This record gives sequence, structure tokens and C-alpha cells, in this order.
Amino acid sequence: MLSKVFQFLSSLRLTVVLLGLGVAVVFFGTLGQTSDGLYVAQERYFRSWFAYWTPHGSAFPVVPLPGGYLLGTLLVVNLIVAHFTRFQWTWAKSGIFLTHIGIILLLLGQLATDMLARESILSFREGETRNYSESSMDFELAFLHGAGSNDLDQVVAIPASRLTVGAEVSHGLLPFTVRVKEAYENARVRQRAPVMDSNRPPAAPNGIGARIVIDPLPPSRAMDSRNVPAAVVELLGASSLGTWAISGELKSQTVTAEGREWRVEYRPVREYKPFALTLIKTTHETYPGTDIPKNFQSRVRLRHADTGEDREVDIYMNSPLRHGGHTFFQYQMGKEQLADGGRGTSALQVVRNPSWVTPYVGCVLMSVGLLVQFLIHLTKFIARRKPAGTLRPA
Amino acid sequence: MKQRLPLVITGIFALWILGALVRRSNGDEALAAFGRLPVVFNGRLQPIDSLARNSLTRIREKETANLEPSKSWYERPRILTATEWLLTLMTRPELADGWKVFRVDHPELKALLKLPEPNPAAGEDGKHYSWNQFGETGLKQIEDNARNIQETKKDSSQRNAFDNATLGLYESMTLYLRLKNTVHPQDTVRFADEIAAYRKSIPAGVEAFRQRMAGTGSFDTNALTEVFGPAERYFVTLRGEPPLLIPPAAGGDSLEWQRVPEALLDASFGAPLLKHLMRIPKAELPPETVSEAIRTAGSRPLHPAVGHWAAMADAFRGQDAGAFKAAVAAYTGYLESLRLGNALAKAGREQRFNAFAPFSKAASLYLVAFLFGCGFWFNFAEWSRKTSLNLVRLAFVVHTLGLLVRMWLEGRPPVTNLYSSAIFIGWGAVGLGLILESFWKNAIGLAVATVIGFSTQIVAHNLALGGDTMVMLQAVLDTNFWLATHVVIVTLGYSATYVAGFLAILYVVLGFFTKVMTADMGRSLSRMVYGILCFATLFSLVGTVLGGIWADQSWGRFWGWDPKENGALIIVLWNALILHARWGGMVRERGIMNLAIFGNIVTSWSWFGTNLLGVGLHSYGFMSGAFTALMVFVASQCVLIGLGLVPQSKWRSFSKAPGAVSAKFPAPAAA
Repeated sequence: MLSKVFQFLSSLRLTVVLLGLGVAVVFFGTLGQTSDGLYVAQERYFRSWFAYWTPHGSAFPVVPLPGGYLLGTLLVVNLIVAHFTRFQWTWAKSGIFLTHIGIILLLLGQLATDMLARESILSFREGETRNYSESSMDFELAFLHGAGSNDLDQVVAIPASRLTVGAEVSHGLLPFTVRVKEAYENARVRQRAPVMDSNRPPAAPNGIGARIVIDPLPPSRAMDSRNVPAAVVELLGASSLGTWAISGELKSQTVTAEGREWRVEYRPVREYKPFALTLIKTTHETYPGTDIPKNFQSRVRLRHADTGEDREVDIYMNSPLRHGGHTFFQYQMGKEQLADGGRGTSALQVVRNPSWVTPYVGCVLMSVGLLVQFLIHLTKFIARRKPAGTLRPA
Repeated sequence: MKQRLPLVITGIFALWILGALVRRSNGDEALAAFGRLPVVFNGRLQPIDSLARNSLTRIREKETANLEPSKSWYERPRILTATEWLLTLMTRPELADGWKVFRVDHPELKALLKLPEPNPAAGEDGKHYSWNQFGETGLKQIEDNARNIQETKKDSSQRNAFDNATLGLYESMTLYLRLKNTVHPQDTVRFADEIAAYRKSIPAGVEAFRQRMAGTGSFDTNALTEVFGPAERYFVTLRGEPPLLIPPAAGGDSLEWQRVPEALLDASFGAPLLKHLMRIPKAELPPETVSEAIRTAGSRPLHPAVGHWAAMADAFRGQDAGAFKAAVAAYTGYLESLRLGNALAKAGREQRFNAFAPFSKAASLYLVAFLFGCGFWFNFAEWSRKTSLNLVRLAFVVHTLGLLVRMWLEGRPPVTNLYSSAIFIGWGAVGLGLILESFWKNAIGLAVATVIGFSTQIVAHNLALGGDTMVMLQAVLDTNFWLATHVVIVTLGYSATYVAGFLAILYVVLGFFTKVMTADMGRSLSRMVYGILCFATLFSLVGTVLGGIWADQSWGRFWGWDPKENGALIIVLWNALILHARWGGMVRERGIMNLAIFGNIVTSWSWFGTNLLGVGLHSYGFMSGAFTALMVFVASQCVLIGLGLVPQSKWRSFSKAPGAVSAKFPAPAAA
């Protein structure tokens, strides 16, 4: 019985079926991007065990598929088992062996990246300094107050995922409980128009909420737009401290509780670094007479107190900054729209991927393996051809 | 005699190539010299000749201007070179506006614009129309429709053929207008006189302007109007973004060229100040820059190149051949004195490259070679195969030469966009075909080389209809290292997969429809396919992985599931599938052939289909023509696979009918 299982797991037939399914998943996963957007399609087809492809406009899933995780796992198992059971370890097959090890490393590396890599965005204006980057997807409700002696803030942050309607969140450092009355994954806030919105109450009685309304939006899936969540929360101390509207679009508001002022912000989740970057200058060049971008470049000053490092670096396309396990890539660039010309702004994509080296090792093994195998075949082929006849007509 | 035939025939074609290579210009020397002048357009330095050819290609799908399109070729219609057409458009627009250079095919669009039906007696061919024939209302209609489409159907896949035809015509018209106002505003009569009057008005006008801006007391309204009239005209022309004719005053290799109206405005207020004053978005200046611009207004001399352009334009407008020739020579001399000899030489090289047209010549040679190759299978005459082989070699040399010159002109590796990928896929396939032929000598390698070589040229020709094929690369792609490694290797992987696919098609077609195929030939084809597939797997895998490394270096993501990356991955997976299926004995000769034909679909989807999705980094927008072509190709491959699935006993080559094939096809000769 067991030997049959091993036979199946090591069989070339399984390899071929898996490769075929791989073609299908990648194909439908790519088609899916047109309707679901890159991120959702990745989650659905590649970071999953099972997937369904649903044609545009159809209500029912039509093509059932194994997800990326399932295929990857089976391929790795197939490769490993095959090498221990079926494979003959000879020099003539050394290239194939190396190639397969490389592929296993690539697959495992991709899994590790999925698990461990963190991507965030660091955006600033010329002259500004940042020691944190922000998530491009996730928000947090942050309560801050100046703690006293030093100029650091005390922060209590509640992830947006905890803010569901009806939830109550409390924390030892907070003198109040947060009760969620409304929550929106994606919404826009706007000034409440006196006439047009006469039959709509303001979003919340306290703070800026009294002057705005919240328009819920369907969650966006496009690559170049992101969801901005909003919520209405009531703060409960000994008695109610009021009801507040919060949104990623609003600046901070102030709440007083037990004689202390707290700032309330609904902001992208922050990831603090032990070093700081200052944006010195942005350069945005286009080819003369066109809008074709030629160069985006941010000159930044990097200061790391622990190591005493203090240097200026240029970050531009295809030339990121690597520091302290992070890599900073030039991502977006813009300019404030102000009457006096405005300052340049720059957004850097920040990636922390402890497993970044695995694909490189995998690639080297695989490429060497393929090359070796190809050369072995080629020399054999040429050697064989010499004495033999050709198909040349007499 | 038959032994000499291959050399004689190839020699004739080689002479044709050499003739085209050494011929300097056809016709008017002054026009050729004018066509060589450098300009900056699409962000790159190019000769007027390229600007003219690419524009005409965009507008009428040809590199020449046929002024009498209703006449057949034997009636000798009047045909102008692109350069002469452009020069006329720039300096005698009232004449050029009567020439039928706009190609309009969509019937609804023709009906909308009330364009005349074909009528040779009236000089109408029903396809080509002049600017004047559109009329004011036509222009307005196209503009309104195009704006409407752009706003309501942002996603290009929502647009239908009529929408695309409208947008295409609108783009052609915009380009036409830009060209028309390149040297001077389109209503100028004598440019030199106009410039002189403008310069005369500057000192008093600028003084009045300063007083007005200072807000202290009175200023000379007349003087201000006199300079603002022409300045506003140049400003409007400048906003149309015509090509950049005026070289940097310091000369050298900088690409900071100017437009003529920009240079004219520099002599008075300067374009940045006017843009700021007219509140053009994103052109706001900080206060200190504004006051500085007001202070220095009128103090800069007029760039001398403007005078040279005025001399050339006025001479051609006045149809004074001698003066025109002298003006072109004077401007060329001026450019040399500016240390712009490099720019002139580069423009000259590109002009000769355009005239030589290596890729279309190679395509013709592939076609002829294909016919000789086919001849070999039907009468087995070795001279026919040798002729074909020599012609393919000659074409390959021309093809390679063309690629090298393009690389030299661009300063880039061979593949930079979809157009050049088509050229390069063809090149790779021809190379592989020649290698196969050197081993097997049975014209099969030649058939593959010529078919793929020719068809990729057709694809490239259609891709070139969009205009300039040497546009500058976006910042992300601006890295010769990765273009030279990842892109080249992946593209060679495409070539190899296509070669395997076309070998398989030969197997099916020759086996099913003819009696040429034998068991031996089948075996050798299957070994060819296997060898090429190994090569294809190697290249597509290494290329894909290199792409991953590029992505990791540039975006911090080894694999981002971008459609084009996925396309490359699918090719790798598919080739690996075929190889493993063969090693596992799951498919035999015919099965491998069918899988390899499906490889053509996979490769085409990766090459073109992924770009049509309109998402991701490699998206070029939806091209309905390309989509139709892709679907037709996919359908044709499916039909071939269907034939391949028919039991072999039903194939003509393998049927046990009397007069079996093997007797006809000689057995392999022992060495």
C-alpha cells in the first residue's frame, strides 16, 4: 500500500499533471487580475489551496482549480520523493539533480517570502524626516498623548480589523473604552452641504464629525487606488465622552479624558525603524518634449543613531537603498499643488524580506544545472551524429 | 549549370541588396540634405526623414505620400517622399491640406464625416482623404467624439472598432496639426519678415510690460499690444507641442532642444513666465523666480537657428530651389560650428538606415527562399535547397545588420519594445533554423526559418503603424544590463518555442496533406523538436529567473505575478511539461508534436495576450487589431492540433494506399 503511495507521489505522471495544472492556474490567475485586481487575484489563485475561476459577469464559479499552495506543496513532495525512490544518481543526470534542487529552493523561497516579507510605504515631502513607514493596506486607530519628560508620544493603536460594528475595545493605558457604532472598509468623507444633506444628520456629534458626512464606497481592487476606512466610535469613560467620526482622510482630533488630552487618528499602520530618513531633494526628469519619465530620484539623508551612520544617498529606479535589513525603492513622486510651486514629494516602497537570498541561490543552482545538462546532451548529440548518416536525399 | 544556379540566383539578390546599400539618395539632393537635419521628437534625436516617415506611417500607413491615390500604379500616380511631404506641410500648409494623406477605412466614420465614395473620375479612392475634405465641422465632430470616448470608455477594452477608428483619426489629426506648426504658425506668410517685426517690437513692449507689472503709473499700451500679439500667437503654437527644432545654444550632446516658438518667446518674456501668468496648471513659479523673469525679460538674444529655419522655410515656400539649397547648407554648417557634428552624423545614419529598410528586404528574401525550399520537397532537387539555404543566409546577414544598426542608433540592446521583440524573435528563429539545416540538410530548418522570419516581419510591420519604433524607454526600463540579459534571453526562449511549434506544424501538414513524410523524416522531426524544446526550456527558464532577479533588485519582489511574468512562467511550465511527458513515455512522436503546436498558442499569449489585458507593468493598452489576429492564430493552431489528433492511418503520408511513400522519398544516405 505504502509503496503504491510512494510510487504515485514520485511518478512523472504526477509531475506532468501538476505542470499542466500549473499552466492553468497561472493562466486563470492572470485573467482574474483584470476583474479582481492584482492583490485579490493573488490571494485567490496563488496564496490559496483551492481556487475557482469565475468569468467576468458570471454568477457561478466555472473552472475549479488547485490553488498555488497546493500545487507548490505537491510539486515539492513529488520532486523530493522522486529523488529518493525513482531517480538514478549518475553524473549524466547531475544537471537535472541541481536543477530540481534549485526549483525546490525557489518554491520554498516563494513560500517564505509570502510568510515573512513585509512591504510598506514611506512618503515624505522635501525637508521632512521619517523614522517609520506605513502600511499600504492596513489602518489603525491610534490614541496619542505627550507622556511628559521626553518629547516622545505614548501611543495606543487598535488595528482596523478590530473595529467591527458593536465591538467594544479597551486597553489598560486608555482611560476609556471604544465602542464601534459604524464601520466602513472604504469610504469618503466630505463637508456636509447645508441644503443637499438637509435630511442627513452629521456623521457624529463631536469633533469634526459634526460638519461632515461619510459616503460609503465599494472596496476598491485596483492596483493604483487604496481603500480608506472610516468609522463612528463612542468613547466610554465613567460616562460617555462623546461620539466621534474617524477616517483615514481626517487629521487628528482631540479628546479630553480624566484631565488629559488625547489625540485621535485613524492612520495607516506604522512600522518604526531604528534609523531616520530625511528627504533632501526630489528629481523628476522627462525626455525633452514628452511626458515619458526619464528619471525619478530622491536624495535622502540617512541617520542611524546606534551605529553613528550619517550619509546622503540617491535612490532611483533600479537603484534602491539597502540598510538594516530594509530595502527602499523609489515608488512614486509628485509635487504639492501650491500656488508658489510647492515642494517635491516622494514615496519609497520599503521591503523587509529576511528570505530574499533563497531565490538567488535557487536560481544559480537551477541555471548551472540546466546548462550542465544541456551541454551533456549537446556533446552526446554531436558525438553520435558524426558517424551516422543524415537524412539528406541522395 | 544546375550546380551554379544557387550561386547565380543568390548573387542577383546580393547585388540588389548592395545596390540599396550604396545608393545615397534618390532624386533631389537638397531635399535629402534637409531630410538629414536633426530634430528632437518623442524625446529622441532623429533626422527629419524619420519624423516624416513615422508621421506618414501613422497617418496613412505608408512611408510615402501618394498624391493621386485613385490611380493604379501603372497610371503613375504622383508620389512624394516623406520628407518632401513634411516640408510642404510645414511651409506651404495650404497646398498640403489639399493632399489626400489621411487613411480612413471605417464605413461609419466615413459616413459621419460625409466623405465621398470611391470615384476614380473625381480622384476619389474611398480610402484616402485630405485635411480640407474633413472641413471645420468634420474636425469638430472628430474632436468631440474622441473626447467623449476617452471620458466615457476609459478602459480601452470597452471600445469598439468605430471608437478605435475615431481615436486613431483624432491622433493622426493632432499629429498633423503639430507638424504643420513646427517651423512657424500655420498662417505665416514670410517668416523672416514676421520675426524682424517681432524683434523690433520687443524693447518698447517689454519696457511697457515691466511698468505695468510694477503697477507704477502709466505705460505704453500700444507698445505692449504690439509685442503681445505675436507673443500670444507663439504661445498658442508652443502649447500644441510641435517637434523641437532648435539645438541647445551650447551645442554638444545635450537633448535640451527647444521648439521654435519657445526660442522666439525667449527673446521677449520667456515661456515659463507666460505660462505662469496664464495660469497653466503645474507651471506656477515661486515669486522670486517671477520677479527675476520680469527683470531679465527682453535681454536675451534670439537663437540664430531660428533665422536659419526661417530662411529654409521662406525659400521653399517661394519655390526658390537655389535659395533653399543654400539655406540648408548654411544651417548644416551652423550646426557643425555648434559642435553638433555628432547629432548630424547620427541623423545621417538613421536616414540611410530608413532608406535601406533592411527588415523589409530580409522579409522579401525569406519569402523567395521559402519558395525554393518548398521546391526541394516536391522534386528533391538539391540545387533548389542550396539556393534556399544561400538566400536564407543572405537574408540573415541583412537581418543581423539591421539589428546591429538599430542597436547602434538607439544605444540599446536589441529588444526594447514589442516591435523590436518581433524583429528579434524572427532573428532567433532563423538562426535556429539555420543550425537545424546544417545538421539535417533536408530543407526543414529552412522552411521553419523562412516562415517564422517572414511572419514576424509582418507582425513587426503592423506594430510599426503606431509610429516611431525607437521611442525612448521609461525610467523603469532604462537599464541596458537587464535589457541585454533578461529580455534577450526570454525573447530567444520565445523564438525557440515557436521553432519547435512550427516544426510540429510541418510534421502535421506534410504528413496529413502530402505524401512527402516518411517514418524517417518523422523521427528526425521529432528529434529536432525535442532538441529545440530543451533549448527553449533552458532559455525561457533562465530568462524568467533573470526577470525575477531584476524585479527583486528594482521593486523588492522576486515574483510579483505581473501578467508578463506569468506569461513567461507559463512557457517554462509548458515546455517542462512536454519534456517530462516525453521522459515518462506518456506521449510519443505525434503527442509531442501536438503539445508543441499548443506551445505556439502559449507563446503568443505570453508575447501578445498579456499586453492586451491592460493590467500590470508591461501593459500597452488594448489593441483590437492585435486581439483579432491573436484569436485567428489561436484558432488556426487548434485546427492543426485537431488534424494532429486524427489517427495516422488516415494521413496521406502514412496511409497504406498503393504507391506508398517510402519508395518516393529516398532513404537516408550513409556517410
